[in-house]
Amino acid sequence: MIRSQVLICGGTGCTSSGSQALIEEFEARIAENGLSEEVKVVRTGCFGLCALGPVVIVYPDGTFYSRVEKDDVKEIVSEHLLKGRQVERLVYSDIAEDVKDEIAHASLNDTTFYKSQKRVALRNCGVINPESIEEYIAMDGYAALGKAVTEMTPEEVIQTVKDSGLRGRGGGGFPTGLKWSFTAAQPKGQKYVVCNADEGDPGAFMDRSVLEGDPHCLVEAMAICGYATGASEGYVYVRAEYPIAVARLQKAIDDAREYGLLGKNIFGSGFDFDLFIRLGAGAFVCGEETALMTSIEGNRGEPRPRPPYPAVKGLFGKPTTENNVETFANIPQIILNGAEFFNTMGTEKSKGTKVFALGGKINNTGLVEVPMGTTLREIVEVIGGGIPNGKKFKAAQTGGPSGGCIPASMLDIEIDYDNLVAQGAMMGSGGLIVMDEDDCMVDIAKFFLEFTVDESCGKCTPCRIGTKRLYEILEKITNGNGTLEDLDEMEKLCNYIKENSLCGLGQTAPNPVLSTYQRFKDEYIAHVVDKRCPAGVCKNLLTITIVEDKCKGCTACSRVCPVGAISGSVKNPHVIDPAKCIKCGACIEKCKFGAIIKK
Amino acid sequence: MKSLAELAAIKEKMQSKVVLREGSSDIRVVVGMATCGIAAGARPILNAFVEQVNKEGLSDKVMVTQTGCIGICQYEPVVEVFEAGKEKVTYVKMTEDKVKEIVEKHLKGGKVIEEYTISKV
Repeated sequence: MIRSQVLICGGTGCTSSGSQALIEEFEARIAENGLSEEVKVVRTGCFGLCALGPVVIVYPDGTFYSRVEKDDVKEIVSEHLLKGRQVERLVYSDIAEDVKDEIAHASLNDTTFYKSQKRVALRNCGVINPESIEEYIAMDGYAALGKAVTEMTPEEVIQTVKDSGLRGRGGGGFPTGLKWSFTAAQPKGQKYVVCNADEGDPGAFMDRSVLEGDPHCLVEAMAICGYATGASEGYVYVRAEYPIAVARLQKAIDDAREYGLLGKNIFGSGFDFDLFIRLGAGAFVCGEETALMTSIEGNRGEPRPRPPYPAVKGLFGKPTTENNVETFANIPQIILNGAEFFNTMGTEKSKGTKVFALGGKINNTGLVEVPMGTTLREIVEVIGGGIPNGKKFKAAQTGGPSGGCIPASMLDIEIDYDNLVAQGAMMGSGGLIVMDEDDCMVDIAKFFLEFTVDESCGKCTPCRIGTKRLYEILEKITNGNGTLEDLDEMEKLCNYIKENSLCGLGQTAPNPVLSTYQRFKDEYIAHVVDKRCPAGVCKNLLTITIVEDKCKGCTACSRVCPVGAISGSVKNPHVIDPAKCIKCGACIEKCKFGAIIKK
Repeated sequence: MKSLAELAAIKEKMQSKVVLREGSSDIRVVVGMATCGIAAGARPILNAFVEQVNKEGLSDKVMVTQTGCIGICQYEPVVEVFEAGKEKVTYVKMTEDKVKEIVEKHLKGGKVIEEYTISKV
């Protein structure tokens, strides 16, 4: 009889920090102590707290161990599993204030990181073994599909999704139920369901986490969508750079077929549905729906003008419903628990929850799922654990290279689709990159633009050439050669690209530039007029100098300088030759007296 | 999959295996498993609890877990039952027969078996 379970994260983050070796070590030690009959090791999907990986949770008490190393396993097995004593030094200890006094041990759900979260799309991630269809079924898996095909008409399914208020989680936030109804309204015949799992924004990894942690959820949701819209085939377009996700999804599809949850006559209802994976080569433009479908068809991934919309003429010219992974991940819960379960969470126009991938200058790098309308402050300061090294929050970039930044003055903004758009940012797929006072906003805009220049497919001129010229202007500014006229030109070009590009990639590419220019105009002006980078990032605008009074003449800086730019004799103040200095900052790190400054 | 009944059967079969991870139990049974407890035979007690609780279909209500030394080594094996809103009950000098009775009468029937508690020794 199993009395305890050890859950070990097998997501990409924890796998790369060594969780596979942990699993083997746990199994060996458990066997060594004769506990194999009592304790079971389960490899799960992502728990969300990637910064602290590898993560191990021991149930039934729910003890949460972080940064576990192979050498720690012996102690956990002999102390916790055998004798029931937590290994205190490994227990993640950031316990929420309000329960601090009540609980003696650190259970996962009591940590600040998890306490404010509400998990719908991620509800099984880190809880079940993603490679076990039976564990998924035990958590009410496929019950929603069963309910839909045996008890509901396709119209009722669509109505439920409409009533739930679910909007597309991939970017634009189009109402999902409405999208489904467009495809359903097309004449009977071959139709398709497509899942966009081509997650390409820098810093976004929520779709990967669902695919790795709860792949059956996607299979079930796509089958429900097929039933509702009259489609009998589905395709998941997933990037080849997600090997763990691809393998688990394939296993999920194979198992579902074997259990008769995909294939002919599902639940004896006469409904047929099957699912296939298509691998993408990692082109950002293939996240655009028409380019994605062109790529599935076997052609070069380029977008085409809309209309006709995919609902009318999509994959292989047939009516097609396309949603992203996170959108689908909400569907089974909505069907099973009803529209009200979902539409009672969130704000007036944005219902339910949203997953964010926290990255950048933040303590708890990882995945969080919160109700729509949660403030940015709560996500950054409470769940995210604040900014490392006591630095000040400067801005958060949402929506990746298509989005914009939210400055510190807007920290109390309630995050939903419409509030973000009103601030010149966008939800995007939910990447949330936090920046602190050491980040230069011009440089950030340049970074995102460099990405879109790279990823522009080249089909339309405004995007292909426009983004390149825009990038050149930013380069000129960060090099210290920019003029005020350049700033005007930059703004004009941004708007031109937005208005004239063919697809979403080009239409949103200038957003990071526009939004940083709007919010941090003074930084742009400083670069152009004062030839100065306030954050101290843009190398050409920096000078590194030694403060004469503080320098003790220890020679540490001159020894570390890679280009021999620092001269001076022992116990006398040193000087930097600006002509030789490459501004690498090595001397600043080395100086014990804080005598070297950059400005 | 031919019918919903088939799905329900798999769910039934698997539920006891994943319910451990829900953590929403009303009742917590904690077995003292420090050196003193193990030496006095706490391990079979723990396993007997897990087994009985499952057998009686209480696994979604009762969580069986372990703790270190409770501090009354002479009374080991010691088992404590925590229930929200009620005072904790401490059973001492546990045996597998007592486990069966406690699961039947206390966990299922809601009646504390006074004669096995620490106040009666």
